Amino acid sequence: MSSSPPTGHRGGEDTALARTALYPLHAELGAKMVPFAGYEMPVQYPAGILTEHLHARTQAALFDVSHMGQARLAGTGAVVALEALVPGDVQALKPGRMRYTMLTTEDGGILDDIIVTKWEDGLGLVLNAARKDADCAHIGGALGSNVALETLEERALLALQGPKAAAVLARFAPEAAEMRFLEARTLTLAGAPAVVSRAGYTGEDGFEIALANDAAEGLARALLAEDEVAPAGLGARDTLRLEAGLCLYGHDIDETTTPVEANLAWTISKRRRAEGGFPGADRILGQLAEGPERLRVGIRPEGRAPARDGTEIFDTQGTPIGTVTSGGFGPSVEGPIAMGYVAAAFAEAGSRVILKVRSHEVPARVQDLPFVPHRYFRPTS
Amino acid sequence: MADTRYTDEHEWITMDGDIATVGISQYAQEQLGDVVYVEMPEVGTKVEPGAQMAVVESVKAASEVYAPVAGEIAEVNAALVERPEMVNEDAEGRAWFVKLKGVDAEAVAGLMDADAYRTYVEGLD
Repeated sequence: MSSSPPTGHRGGEDTALARTALYPLHAELGAKMVPFAGYEMPVQYPAGILTEHLHARTQAALFDVSHMGQARLAGTGAVVALEALVPGDVQALKPGRMRYTMLTTEDGGILDDIIVTKWEDGLGLVLNAARKDADCAHIGGALGSNVALETLEERALLALQGPKAAAVLARFAPEAAEMRFLEARTLTLAGAPAVVSRAGYTGEDGFEIALANDAAEGLARALLAEDEVAPAGLGARDTLRLEAGLCLYGHDIDETTTPVEANLAWTISKRRRAEGGFPGADRILGQLAEGPERLRVGIRPEGRAPARDGTEIFDTQGTPIGTVTSGGFGPSVEGPIAMGYVAAAFAEAGSRVILKVRSHEVPARVQDLPFVPHRYFRPTS
Repeated sequence: MADTRYTDEHEWITMDGDIATVGISQYAQEQLGDVVYVEMPEVGTKVEPGAQMAVVESVKAASEVYAPVAGEIAEVNAALVERPEMVNEDAEGRAWFVKLKGVDAEAVAGLMDADAYRTYVEGLD
């Protein structure tokens, strides 16, 4: 028996691997560690990916995502400087609110997808682990004298995700329960100051918690001591985000895909569409006006065979129309699911396509994303 | 109980007359994690040693299962196709993959026995 490389995670296996502040805890919990983006990270704990995934959908799962980059843009010019690099509307953000956007190339490709938080005195950034060095060089190189980029080292990032996450975190800080989706606050958790965001990468309600490395293990242990909380690894994180239709950088989006092709046009506000002024605006605005030639879609293969990253997509006549960029088994869907790019004519839900899985032709249908409905906390009042 | 032999690709094989039963080892199952899909060869397919014979997919990745010895696929485990998670429950028992006929018992005897395989696996960790 031999394994193909795991999908969903690419690591730098040739160089020495970094460890997060929670490494000793992962070892104690019996995690299986794998290289990912230059870090030694838990892919799963003894419970296994399926159990960890379902726990996040029904209870609350705790993830260590400290490998992700954390940075800060400070100074009076921070908002204008960042808007020159992303198509997202940073100006419209009120303090304590967050937004998903992308660093784009001059050709309209995606250098990274990032989360921006507006604070009274600047912007917080969360960057993909594998891209953080390149991102910081890119951002830093574009700044004037009225903005400073500070990378936040020695910081951990925990994610508490699932329908019980708010009840659990409220035991540590009652105000956590009243935060809305994409709201951020500074709270004190188990005695440690923490930047808490109501956000995540699972499609569930939940929080991301940034705090000093030396406070991370104490908080993680305190959270895990709660009945509803179980640890979950990168394996479950990948199946959860795939069911939620969320992009994985390097697979579903990269420098060759534009935000419009990636079906992320919703992240570009009316003002930014009207004004432009971000890298690749010509191409991106052109695609918004005329429609892109291809689109990222959800794909539901018939039968049980998973269609992995790289699987070719054909129309029913056998003409190639695209490629799967993420694919596998959806534990909550209880079957194979995939995302990929197809020619625009096939992007409508219900379109019939054929996947070439090994030597088999697997019929599949295009499906609207997400596969599992998002359950973010958005009170109407 | 039949004498079980192992390959360095983590297949197991037992002989009963000239019929061999083949599956993947407990160690392989542990490495794979939750199995969600298996793909079997057609009955009647002739396989050479080391040829890809079946596919086993966990949540994370697809892996190939190789023929430990030459033979002809006599039967595939239909119950395993229905319930792939059996691999995680009983890898070296109910979760056999295929039965091979026309197998050379000498070739099977030449593979690692349980002790040799245990030593081999310990060297991998």
